[in-house]
Amino acid sequence: MKRAFPIFAILTAGLLSYGLYGALIQAPTEQTMGDVQRIFYYHVPSAWTAFCLFFVNLVASIVYLVRRSPKVDALALASAEVGVVFCTVVLVTGPIWARPVWGIWWTWDLRLTLTLVLWLIYVSYLMLRRFSSSGQTPVMAAVLAALGALDVPLVYFSIWFFRTQHPQPVIGGGGSIDPRMLHVLLMNWLAFMCFAALVCWSRYRLEILRRQVEETQALESLLAGGSSR
Amino acid sequence: MNSPPGVTRATLVKDLRLEWRSKDAINSMLFFALLVVVIFSFSFDPTAEESRRIAGGLVWVAFLFAAVVALNQTWARELRNQVLDAYRVSPARANSLFLAKVTGNFIFVSVLEALMTPLFVVFYNLRAIGPAYQLLFVAVLGTWALVVNGTFFAAMSIRTRSREIMLPLLLFPITIPALLAMVEATSSILTGEFSARFWIVLLAVYDVVFTTGCLLFFEIVLHGE
Amino acid sequence: MTDSPIIAVNGLVKQFGRFAALRGVTASFEAGRLYAILGDNGAGKTTLLRVLAGLTPATRGSIAVLGATNLREVCAHLGYMAHPSLLYDEMSGMENLRYFARLYGIQDDARCQAVIRSVNLDPSLALPVGQYSQGMRQRMSLARALLNDPRILLLDEPFSNVDVRSAREMAGLLGQLRDSGKTILVVTHQAALLREVADEFVWMEAGQIVSRTREFQPEEAK
Repeated sequence: MKRAFPIFAILTAGLLSYGLYGALIQAPTEQTMGDVQRIFYYHVPSAWTAFCLFFVNLVASIVYLVRRSPKVDALALASAEVGVVFCTVVLVTGPIWARPVWGIWWTWDLRLTLTLVLWLIYVSYLMLRRFSSSGQTPVMAAVLAALGALDVPLVYFSIWFFRTQHPQPVIGGGGSIDPRMLHVLLMNWLAFMCFAALVCWSRYRLEILRRQVEETQALESLLAGGSSR
Repeated sequence: MNSPPGVTRATLVKDLRLEWRSKDAINSMLFFALLVVVIFSFSFDPTAEESRRIAGGLVWVAFLFAAVVALNQTWARELRNQVLDAYRVSPARANSLFLAKVTGNFIFVSVLEALMTPLFVVFYNLRAIGPAYQLLFVAVLGTWALVVNGTFFAAMSIRTRSREIMLPLLLFPITIPALLAMVEATSSILTGEFSARFWIVLLAVYDVVFTTGCLLFFEIVLHGE
Repeated sequence: MTDSPIIAVNGLVKQFGRFAALRGVTASFEAGRLYAILGDNGAGKTTLLRVLAGLTPATRGSIAVLGATNLREVCAHLGYMAHPSLLYDEMSGMENLRYFARLYGIQDDARCQAVIRSVNLDPSLALPVGQYSQGMRQRMSLARALLNDPRILLLDEPFSNVDVRSAREMAGLLGQLRDSGKTILVVTHQAALLREVADEFVWMEAGQIVSRTREFQPEEAK
């Protein structure tokens, strides 16, 4: 296991550099949008990766509620934290792309809004983890993740209907994508997924380690306190 | 044995009696709501036509803020002298307590809305062009949505270090679709431009989904630690 | 009475973040006895009681109360008195007990009145509990714990801030309750009050049980 980590890290670095080469040089320039469109190779894979991580978090939370295993909780924490980072990348790159292309920074587009709401829910998830007292953090967080998942379809339908009442600029969608572009996109997604897995893995190990240290300290603090009296 | 409806009724009667004696929640909530209405009417001074469009948003955001003040009080009373522990060691069901608290908050927030609505009507010269009776459905379903989640997340946030500030942080993101539905339904009815039916159905679905979800998880939250 | 202990705990650990309140407690308690749990502040006495009452889940270790490992199943047979009063300050004693009786499915007022009288208070007193003296509040709190006629009583500091005479009365009452077959665990700093009635003294230190004695030996603690 210990040797697998550096190997995986090197592999990920290779994939990321290849992805960068693909996005900046290999992929053809888009006809109407120009070079700005290349942000697409970061925006879209980040979004997919973030959604995958949130899904991992949901599964881990439900498993935690059933099994109450601390390791699953550490995985839920790691995936939520990394997921929020990728989700932030989506929300930052989105407007940077939108401004030159559509002339506006933000629009209540279905996917954008859904991403924003998910981001808000998971930021509140991390806040809850930060502020609740240690013993009950995992349970509360897992419950919040489960309720957050119930919210997603409702958000989806409400925004979908909202848009039918309030016409918005039509964005993306439709039309076929150049196979070379698709290739670069998928390559970048693979690289991002590997990168996310790598960060999650080390965050997971850090969390497990932190808990072990905490436990040892807890037992020692009591011993020290007991003998000093 | 102890019947769950009996426990719910006893808890509700106890809460109403305590509130009647101390009046902390209702007084602070009422004054806060009045302040919100006045400040909003200073900040937005629209024409009659515009006010119909924005009133849905104003009214529900005002209700949301006022409700948060009330919801934070719900569990504060149970924490004094750690009375909640007396409930937790008893064989009474967690969900009986939850339903009692939700019903109590529903009554408080409804009273508040009934008192605030005339103020909004006066300040903004509101008159519904669409079918006004539908506003009643929106009010009941919307209030339930706020209160059911609010009571649940208030129970969660009292267990955190920053108690009172935590409730809106947890409640608002999850409430976004319900809030959107309330605002859009109200605006649709006031302007008469659209049918509010979709939004009312969405609110009903939201209520069913989250009432079920909260009832499913409340025991875990109450007996968490 | 069965031969197996009414409460058995094995290797109980309770960790709060960087602090462990219990550090491997293994003990068993027999039915129909009164145990005094003694020790310094921070020795883990209150945490042990809360774990036994099912209020705080243990980080590790096993518990069996009345043969059940899931404490929710046996909570109807438990009476718990905490350091805070667990009563609503704005309501009178009788109103408080009437509410808590509902939680145990007890409908008649007679039971509430009987319990209040058993701790030497007047059920017709309309004064809200918040205006009680500390001694009265502690006794009302004990009455709340006795409502469901529990088989096991867990009492946390029942004598704190109570005048000597009331405390002696309460200790005597605990002796009577023990004689009627209840198992009683009392966490206290005032062990001398229980000299006459306690069957066993359990000393805790730094999250562990360090000694158990039949006789009260004040010097042995240190």
